[in-house]
Amino acid sequence: MTHRVIEVEHVSKLYRIGLAEQRHETLAGACAAFVRSPVRNFRQLRALGNVSTAEADAEDVVWALRDVTCSVSEGELLGIIGANGAGKSTLLKVLAGITEPTAGRAVLRGRVASLLEVGTGFHPDLTGRENIYLNGTILGMKKVEIDRRFDEIVAFSGVERFIDTPVKRYSSGMTVRLAFAVAAHLEPEILLVDEVLAVGDLQFQEKCIGKMGEVARGGRTVLFVSHNLAAVGSLCKRALLLENGSIAAEGPARGVISEYSSRSISESAFAEEPIDAPAYFSGGRIVGGDTLESGGELLVELGVLAREPFTASIMWRIEDALGVPVGCGVPHLQLGKFQELRVGENTVRIRIAPLPLLEGTYRLSFDLNDRGMMHIQRLEDRLRFTVAGCDPAGIGATLPSKWGAGSVVIPFDIEVVAAS
Amino acid sequence: MTAWAARRGEPPTIVREPVRGWRAVDLRELLSYRDLFYFLVTRDIKVLYKQTVLGFGWAILRPVFSMIVFSVVFGRLAKVSSDGIPYPLFSYVALVPWTYFQTSMTQSTGSLIQGARLVSKVYFPRVLLPLAPVIAGLADFVIALSIVAVLMAWYRVAPTVGVVFLPPLVVIMVLTAAAVGLWLSILAAQYRDVRYAVQFLVQLLMYAAPVVWPASLIPAKFRLLYGLYPMAGVIEGFRSALVGTNPMPWDLIAAGTLSALVLFITGLFYFRRAERVLADVA
Repeated sequence: MTHRVIEVEHVSKLYRIGLAEQRHETLAGACAAFVRSPVRNFRQLRALGNVSTAEADAEDVVWALRDVTCSVSEGELLGIIGANGAGKSTLLKVLAGITEPTAGRAVLRGRVASLLEVGTGFHPDLTGRENIYLNGTILGMKKVEIDRRFDEIVAFSGVERFIDTPVKRYSSGMTVRLAFAVAAHLEPEILLVDEVLAVGDLQFQEKCIGKMGEVARGGRTVLFVSHNLAAVGSLCKRALLLENGSIAAEGPARGVISEYSSRSISESAFAEEPIDAPAYFSGGRIVGGDTLESGGELLVELGVLAREPFTASIMWRIEDALGVPVGCGVPHLQLGKFQELRVGENTVRIRIAPLPLLEGTYRLSFDLNDRGMMHIQRLEDRLRFTVAGCDPAGIGATLPSKWGAGSVVIPFDIEVVAAS
Repeated sequence: MTAWAARRGEPPTIVREPVRGWRAVDLRELLSYRDLFYFLVTRDIKVLYKQTVLGFGWAILRPVFSMIVFSVVFGRLAKVSSDGIPYPLFSYVALVPWTYFQTSMTQSTGSLIQGARLVSKVYFPRVLLPLAPVIAGLADFVIALSIVAVLMAWYRVAPTVGVVFLPPLVVIMVLTAAAVGLWLSILAAQYRDVRYAVQFLVQLLMYAAPVVWPASLIPAKFRLLYGLYPMAGVIEGFRSALVGTNPMPWDLIAAGTLSALVLFITGLFYFRRAERVLADVA
């Protein structure tokens, strides 16, 4: 089915931003400016909403979206990822009709519902029941549809007991659950979802992800903006990477996610500020650069500054591009030894060889604990490295990095033991 | 079997592109959002008196209180003419439509600013926001109107046959409120000055309207011009219908209807033009 339900053609969006106020050196200058200010203010306010591409180079104008062209097929669940400010929410707003593109056009075939925020329109003084209707109609449902699905919505949210209490008495978790319950029962042809999974507890997030998958399987087209790369990776087949308003990558979700991870700041060295502790990390680096061979050697040098003679247990942890832990090293448990630090700067060397990792981008985190396993300092995601090429048998082929294969090369043997 | 193919009818094709020039209101779209409008109106009504002790009693108290103050100040002290009927009745009959207009105007003006979060997160016809208070205000209006019957009984004044004209007068009143609401709401969203200006504009408009003084004070040659202020016709019309001081002021009503219509239609067009930038500006 390649029926295209969304076609975005060269869409651009410019925003006018505020510039620093002009400072006046003389009182006379300041007074004169004050007197003239209504005219200037009026012009500025009027210009706020009016930007055209001709002004693209002006100081106070930024590109939120820049010549974006893409299309979405019916029944597709497209993930949209990118750094903050890349233009993801702006793209969704243009598609939803909340804001107008400065140039270009987008065509949507089907009813559109946008979920840019849960609980839009909730009024604290109204009861849960009343808010379900208000929120539902705001999202585009008709009253009869809500009547029909009312019990399902309440059941999904789990707030049956409090449905007739004003929403201002709900806990924030209850509000979110109720809001999402309403949104989850929308039946548009096209659904635009923007990072709404960021709220709620883990159990609820899983419920939401499950519901979104269900919606997509029902033949609806879903556009999903999220920072939760694991969710995007598992739900979406195709993804879009936005960077500074333009499309930086497009294609199979896993590939786009990898591209995003590797475009993010790649660190092969770092430095740390001193903290108030008997010992702390001062910096670190990966010896020999940040691109390694699978089966090769990973050498990390950490600088640890001790204010007094200190016995430490320095732990390391490797995570994959999605943040899923791959493995860790706990010296006193695995090697039976602590690290004795002298007063002053110490260099601690960690060696992992052979490196049993599949192709991909990985992150290193470190923990500094004392002898009694009291936690002193944690460094998250300070070093990153890429494993390129994984050829354990040395036969010139590379183990493909399909996500289903995990991250670790596990040595094994296989043979036919008996014939029948 | 695709989701939309299973439904009856073709799915709509929506185009998002920069719009130049003027466009009219999309009636079909407004109709499809009528449920939302219903809930916005009921929300406005319910929320007004939640957690108050007097509840809807305030719908009566506000005009009654003004009536008392005006009766003392303008009726007794200033001895303003009241066309031959007791001043309290004279002013109350005017205060009922006026309070509706004032409340609706103030609520509408702030509606887009208050709903700024909504406007930037969901798509729906924005014009529903300033129009909701216009309809919601009718609840208070009806309650306040009921007290007129009490007052008329008290002063032993009988209504005239002109009461049949009350419904069309109400329509003009609502149209005026809607027109003013459309203009002020979209202007206030762009230029916050308007919201502050409205606070004293309302005062000005009240004294310009024949609430505390009768329209008969206006010299004849200026009457038609004065009639361009729609509330003038509405208020004198109410008085004529309920207490029969003067014949139905058709001249004022005709001029007022004309200006209300012009204001409403131009307001709609300007609103539609300016609403595109609401999400970026409000």
